[in-house]
Amino acid sequence: MQKLIMSFFVILTTLFATSWANAAADLDVNTPAISAIKSSMQARHAQLAPHYASGAVGLTKDGLIAVRDATAVPLKDRQGINALVAAENSDRNALYKEIAAGNGHVEWEGEIRNTFAQRWIQKAQAGWWYQDANGWTKR
Amino acid sequence: MKKSLSVLVLMSMLAACVTINIYFPAAAAEKAADKIIDDVWQLKDGVPVPAVKQEVPPTK
Repeated sequence: MQKLIMSFFVILTTLFATSWANAAADLDVNTPAISAIKSSMQARHAQLAPHYASGAVGLTKDGLIAVRDATAVPLKDRQGINALVAAENSDRNALYKEIAAGNGHVEWEGEIRNTFAQRWIQKAQAGWWYQDANGWTKR
Repeated sequence: MKKSLSVLVLMSMLAACVTINIYFPAAAAEKAADKIIDDVWQLKDGVPVPAVKQEVPPTK
């Protein structure tokens, strides 16, 4: 009887200990690789910001960006807009992959991408365009 | 009887470990995403900092 109670408490303690450890776990996003991608994206944002505002470029539902309306891109920027968007998407894909890998769970990439997709849209400025279930919408 | 009990204890502990470790930390992920987005988009407290400073009219 005594042994039964003891073993019950051992199980209980183990369960609580492991669940507490995981609840307190933060995702580490301070690795050099992630910081490098972040700096690259930060620098590029200066060029992208006017295109978000004009509606030329919008936020997709899978955490990337896309040219929504090429006619809204000023002539001087038209030549480079596709390369700019592709470079940003390359960084974003690398970011999601790196966060998953850096935290020891490569299989988390999809969920990290989804989390970011929601947060990019939530934090978008009024007037920016994003994709929802029905297509493009204005924030 | 005692042997099967300790086997049961061991198996339930193992099951608990596997179950807990495949849980995706959604709250932590959201926090991390917010931090990164704030940095990339230069948001202070989640609000964008205007790039151009407004002209303040001189007060008399």
